[in-house]
Amino acid sequence: MTAFLAVLTRDLRLALRQSADLALVLGFFVIAASLFPFGVGPSPEILARIAPGVIWVLALLAVMLSLDRLFQQDLADGSLEQLALAPVPLSITILAKVAAHWLTTGLPLIAVAPVIGILLNLPPDGYVTLLVGLALGTPTLSLIGAVGAGLTLGARRAGLLIALLVLPLYIPILIFGVTAVDAVLTGFDARAHFLYLAAILAAAIPLAPLAAAAAVRHGVEG
Amino acid sequence: MTRLAASHLTCLRGARLVFEDLGFDLAGGGALLLTGPNGSGKSSLMRVLAGLLEPFDGSVDLDGTAAYIGHHDPVKPTLTVRESLDFWAALYGADASDVDAALDQLALTDLAPIQGRLLSSGQRRRLTLGRLLVQGAEIWLMDEPTVGLDTAAVKRVESLVAAHRAAGGIVVLSTHIEFALPGAQTLDLGDFAPGRAVDRAGEAA
Repeated sequence: MTAFLAVLTRDLRLALRQSADLALVLGFFVIAASLFPFGVGPSPEILARIAPGVIWVLALLAVMLSLDRLFQQDLADGSLEQLALAPVPLSITILAKVAAHWLTTGLPLIAVAPVIGILLNLPPDGYVTLLVGLALGTPTLSLIGAVGAGLTLGARRAGLLIALLVLPLYIPILIFGVTAVDAVLTGFDARAHFLYLAAILAAAIPLAPLAAAAAVRHGVEG
Repeated sequence: MTRLAASHLTCLRGARLVFEDLGFDLAGGGALLLTGPNGSGKSSLMRVLAGLLEPFDGSVDLDGTAAYIGHHDPVKPTLTVRESLDFWAALYGADASDVDAALDQLALTDLAPIQGRLLSSGQRRRLTLGRLLVQGAEIWLMDEPTVGLDTAAVKRVESLVAAHRAAGGIVVLSTHIEFALPGAQTLDLGDFAPGRAVDRAGEAA
């Protein structure tokens, strides 16, 4: 537990001292969202219809763009091999790194999502569902992303490779996240969708760090 | 009892055999100096001993905890010297007093509040060596620990290594400069280049 907190505070401290990286991800989220009214026209009905999907897709992309931060710098300066050699199980270390990644990426995205909702004319009934869905879904995005980031360690064009590996795995989260909002807006209950998102998260918390640890172990061998 | 031994170690990188049939045996207080030309596999051997690289053949027998220093200095530009050491200490379950002792032993106390990006390469190397002290491991695997260090700092490392051995620790060290390692075994990696094992067998016969 001490080691978990040590890695968590270290990664949070590193992220907050390089806060330009965070600002870039949030900036991407907002600017990309603001392109949609230009692309599909300013009709409020169309924007309201696509708003949940746009917010979710952009959240996926924003998380994905920040994944290289997870291991890349630690690999380059040799920290990662030291973390792999430490007496703490590597999966615990990675879980702590993922938690720090979510706190500095997923959480800010959730905070900014309502602004984009307003920008895209999301109906008022949808906000709570959107935010609950994001709160359940974005941690899974970070967890699955860690596996992708681990597998692409040391690869050329790692960013593109991560996208190819990780985006298909994000599809279930996207589906349940978006249809939860649609369900509420059409008068249904979103409970089932939340349960699915929670179930995926509950499976990813123990499994993804194990897979990522195996990938990182292979990555530091080189 | 601390012990580090290897037998019939063979290392394969990509499709190339780096060394083969390499062996040694070190007891507590022992030291091994690795020599050999560039590319003869000193770093590969270190990584195999540290457990970062799987040997292609042979086995490593490691009794005790090992700490490894590679070519990189894992120093974060935005963390101060003390924050870095505090992190490693927490990861290895060491105390804050160990951090103070390590800062003192490597003459880093004055640099404690300085961020990593402002350190010179020699100072970064000293911080890396500080991590080694904080870890409190019994076996030190030091791959070119003196790179970037001035003569005073090299002397300091020599005395740290001597003290570690006197306390029953083991040191495996590779270096390209003069480094005082009294009573150390020497292993020339060039002798274990692929094909040379056959020659040695011929000489013995």
